[in-house]
Amino acid sequence: MRAYNQSRGRVVQTIFIVVFLVIIGQLLHLQILSAKYRVQAESNARYRKVVYPDRGIIYDRKKRAVLENTTIYDLWITPSELRNIDTASFCKVLSIDIAEFKRRIAGAIIKNTSYKASVFEPLLPPDLFARLNENMYRYPGFSLQERPVRSYPFHAAAGVLGYLGEVDTLFLKRHRNDGYEMGDYAGMSGLENSYEKILMGQRGVQYFIRDNKSRLQGSYENGLFDTIATAGRNLYSSMDIELQQLAEKLLQNKIGSVVAINPKTGGILAMASGPSYDPNMLAGFERKKNIGRLMLDTARPLLNRAIKGQYPPGSTFKPLGALVALDEGVITPAFGYPCMGYYAACGNNVKCLHSGGGHADNLRTALAHSCNAYFSQLFRMAIDNPAYPNAAAGYLKWKEYMNHFGLGVKLGVDLPGEDAGNIPDTARYNKDFGGFARWNSCNILTLGIGQDRMLLTPLQLANVMCIVANKGSYYTPHLVDSIENESGADSVYTARYRKKHLVTNIGNDAYDAIHEAMAEVAISGTASAIKVPGVNYCAKTGTAQNPHGQNHSIFVCFAPKENPRIVVAVVVENAGMGSTWAGPIGGFMMEKYLNDTIAKDRLADVEEIAHTNLIPAAIKKWYADRDAAAQAKAAPREETGVTEDAATEDKRITFDPETEPNRKEPVTIAKNTIALLPNNDQKNKKGNNRQ
Amino acid sequence: MSTSNGVNISKGIDWTMVLLYAILVSIGILCIFMVEYRSGTSWVTSFLTGKTNYSKQLLFAGICGLIAIFILLSDSKLYTAFANLLYAFGILLMLLTFVIGKNINGSRSWIPLAGGFNLQPAELCKIFAALALAKFISRQDIDFSKPKSQIIAAVIALSPAALSILQNETGLALVYASFFIVMFREGLPPWILIVGFSFGALVVATLVVEPNLLAIILTAIAGLTIYVMRRMIKRNKNLLVFILLIWAVCVGVQRFAVPYIFNNVFQCYQSQRIYSMVGKDYDCSKNRSAKNERAADKAVKKPDDYNVRQSKIAIGSGGIVGRGFLKGTQTRGKYVPEQHTDFIFTSLGEAFGFIGCFVFLGIYLLMLFRIITIAERQRSTFSRVYAYSVASIMFFHITVNVCMTIGLFPIIGIPLPLISYGGSSLLTFTILIFILIRLDADRQMVLR
Repeated sequence: MRAYNQSRGRVVQTIFIVVFLVIIGQLLHLQILSAKYRVQAESNARYRKVVYPDRGIIYDRKKRAVLENTTIYDLWITPSELRNIDTASFCKVLSIDIAEFKRRIAGAIIKNTSYKASVFEPLLPPDLFARLNENMYRYPGFSLQERPVRSYPFHAAAGVLGYLGEVDTLFLKRHRNDGYEMGDYAGMSGLENSYEKILMGQRGVQYFIRDNKSRLQGSYENGLFDTIATAGRNLYSSMDIELQQLAEKLLQNKIGSVVAINPKTGGILAMASGPSYDPNMLAGFERKKNIGRLMLDTARPLLNRAIKGQYPPGSTFKPLGALVALDEGVITPAFGYPCMGYYAACGNNVKCLHSGGGHADNLRTALAHSCNAYFSQLFRMAIDNPAYPNAAAGYLKWKEYMNHFGLGVKLGVDLPGEDAGNIPDTARYNKDFGGFARWNSCNILTLGIGQDRMLLTPLQLANVMCIVANKGSYYTPHLVDSIENESGADSVYTARYRKKHLVTNIGNDAYDAIHEAMAEVAISGTASAIKVPGVNYCAKTGTAQNPHGQNHSIFVCFAPKENPRIVVAVVVENAGMGSTWAGPIGGFMMEKYLNDTIAKDRLADVEEIAHTNLIPAAIKKWYADRDAAAQAKAAPREETGVTEDAATEDKRITFDPETEPNRKEPVTIAKNTIALLPNNDQKNKKGNNRQ
Repeated sequence: MSTSNGVNISKGIDWTMVLLYAILVSIGILCIFMVEYRSGTSWVTSFLTGKTNYSKQLLFAGICGLIAIFILLSDSKLYTAFANLLYAFGILLMLLTFVIGKNINGSRSWIPLAGGFNLQPAELCKIFAALALAKFISRQDIDFSKPKSQIIAAVIALSPAALSILQNETGLALVYASFFIVMFREGLPPWILIVGFSFGALVVATLVVEPNLLAIILTAIAGLTIYVMRRMIKRNKNLLVFILLIWAVCVGVQRFAVPYIFNNVFQCYQSQRIYSMVGKDYDCSKNRSAKNERAADKAVKKPDDYNVRQSKIAIGSGGIVGRGFLKGTQTRGKYVPEQHTDFIFTSLGEAFGFIGCFVFLGIYLLMLFRIITIAERQRSTFSRVYAYSVASIMFFHITVNVCMTIGLFPIIGIPLPLISYGGSSLLTFTILIFILIRLDADRQMVLR
């Protein structure tokens, strides 16, 4: 034995220990000090599967489902499982070329790795689905997966219901804790958007363990973190889908809006905006194509004009002017004004359709004949009321009335993007006229006949009629009456629509006088040509001047006079007299709702209105150009300057800027300036006929 | 001796070693079970059908148990007597693989046996080399302090390694380097270890540091050394030559040898593995073998560090106490390739965490120390050298295997002793350990 080397044994042992300490040190680093490995392990092996519950259904007032859930198929691809595919035939079925095929596969691999399935072609048309489904066995690696989408059996109420769209990063950021993921669909507008949380239900999340090839290996931690999916709840709306269909039919080929409200509840019976579109266009396989087309459409079918269109109310404002004057005590219903065909007290003559004949001898006849002079006088009397120190104070009081009537403020309807309209502030007039108290009732005279800077949305117009019909009270207009399985937490949605609002303290006498006067409009006044079989109704026509062309045809009404059950407001842009187009539309709406059907002999009239094209010439030309361009498959759409319109879709635009048929120069920045100052050029050259 | 042999074979047997051996083999089978286990399938039936790796491993363990008993029953003189013969037999077997070898995973190092089993002679050769080295050093006419006997010992140890490299089994070849620990214990001058270590450090530095910068650093070091030792150099000019020679060798290694080896000797994937250890990317277009394959129109697959990454994730996700038996998501998801063989340590790390790993490595360390204790109590040089060989081989296996799973060493296919799935490996270590126990039982004898 060579004992002299025995110390070397110690050295060897030391080497062993040192190496083991190094290993332990690295283990300490990996397992205890760095948290990233645990996170990476989770992302490796934990597969989060979202279970989509059925989206809630929306019913109309007669419990008819206005939209339903159906499934459509997406074509998915798992690139790693592609085997011996006849690419040429496959591409032929999908009508794409091989380069596109390769590009999509590469894209899928980049986005989602080759082991995970990605969408190859979303929302297949039925015939393509059928063709693929038969031949699926020939294309290993591809699969068909269903995706729930909406369908609309009545093909109506697109603007009200809104549409679903894929969520974007901004949406995800805003709804971080609501369980959305990239690729999910959510309500982008309309009721789908307002009631998204109710309709979407509770998404379930299941966690699975997956292996290195992304195959599921069983539940993660025995389902400890899983949540159960609960179906979205249904909405019961006040909408009458047949009435809605009628409204949309009557608005065909027109730009404008129809709003019908049940004044007893504030429930919106119909809310149409023209031009409209079939909501199925944005739900099915042609969604992508259609949404682009709709967004680029210069008549802007995606705009809900009932809440976003802002119009001068014109003569339909007169009942309100009278109410204010009556309440202020400046007139009685017997008040008369010797109108000689114009209002001359302020210098620049405001013309009136009638002259003499005592057509404005009292409130009733004045409203029936829509005497401009009479209501101009009423407005001045209210503003220059001796009870107030000056015109500005009088105007502020008058504005307060307006705001109480829901004008110039948002009503709070359960749709996103409602506009407030415009009742100008004194500051606005101070600026207009160069200083405080530099203006008087004469300067703003046409406010009294619903012009000047006053702007209302059709919904506000209808809501004002609700207040008149109810003699001083209203419920905030809304579409959804109740929610399935409503609980206390849902009061966020419903409570404000169940609260009765009282508007100032205008006495019943004043309302009675207005009711009588508005009834006279229908009997002997401007709306006398419009009849609703078996119903006495109250109405007011309006022909609103606007700087963009022909007058807007406006009509408001409620019926029956004795016990109002429906209020309708109609605006048809650039269509001329209120009684010509808006009036009959309002009449048919009342008839349909109150009589449940339209008399047979009148159906021809409905068709006639529906087929009348009142779209301004400039927009007609745009359509013609677009169709020609599409046929020629040349001339990109941008050239028409329409993209600009689409881009400004979300901006708050005061009213119908797209309809400027009389303007020669191309649509430019001037559009917005005009919109902001709608009546500047008008104030001084007023005096056209107004009913 | 012959009288006591038949009466009581358990006399003198080191039961601690046997116990440690049994514990490790059991842990190994459990680990393989963890890797193979699928929830939902009845493991009892799949166990009984014998198609799973853990039931196969249990079968191997049974066979190894029988062989162990056989070894304990044998006469320890047998091993000294047949050491050289067995070595020759082993070398022959390895040469035989070039003729009838079976290609598994790119290396022609397997000899097919009946029943679908394959034998890897390089594995067995470890035993034979250990015996032959012990036999050589324990010869009475050998003075191991002489360079000549050291060279002969090195040749004995490295011949199977050379054959392994020819078989394309670099991993197994490296194991034979562990015999240097044995030779160090027996009197190899320590400067060889120091030079070896320095060379390793230089290679790592070459990989990590930018070539020109490293050359400057080396030159600076040489210059500094000359400056510090200027008085001694004045007295002895040869010292200057010596320093300059070392400097030249270092720079030569750094500038030429290392890039040459990486580009021309190693396969592309090997170079990449080593580069990825230091967190760098290897440019395979410089690699000769890759070039050849490209020229032969074969797709050159760019290797990445997927294995190490997944292995580190699996071990790292274990945390302090681990996820628990059969609960490891990475193990169940098969994220770590080759997890039942070379990467078996990851399943343990994930399931039992830091504490589990610590205890497990503790068992190994205990075993190694036990072997060294046994070695040092031998009266016979043969037994001592052999015991050191066993300790060195095991140490090398454990270190390289564990280090590669935790990202401290490039990936080379070396199994974890007694744990990894595989009959050859288990059999080799069983024989290695039980011959040692047998020799130890007869430690009163002087074996030559």
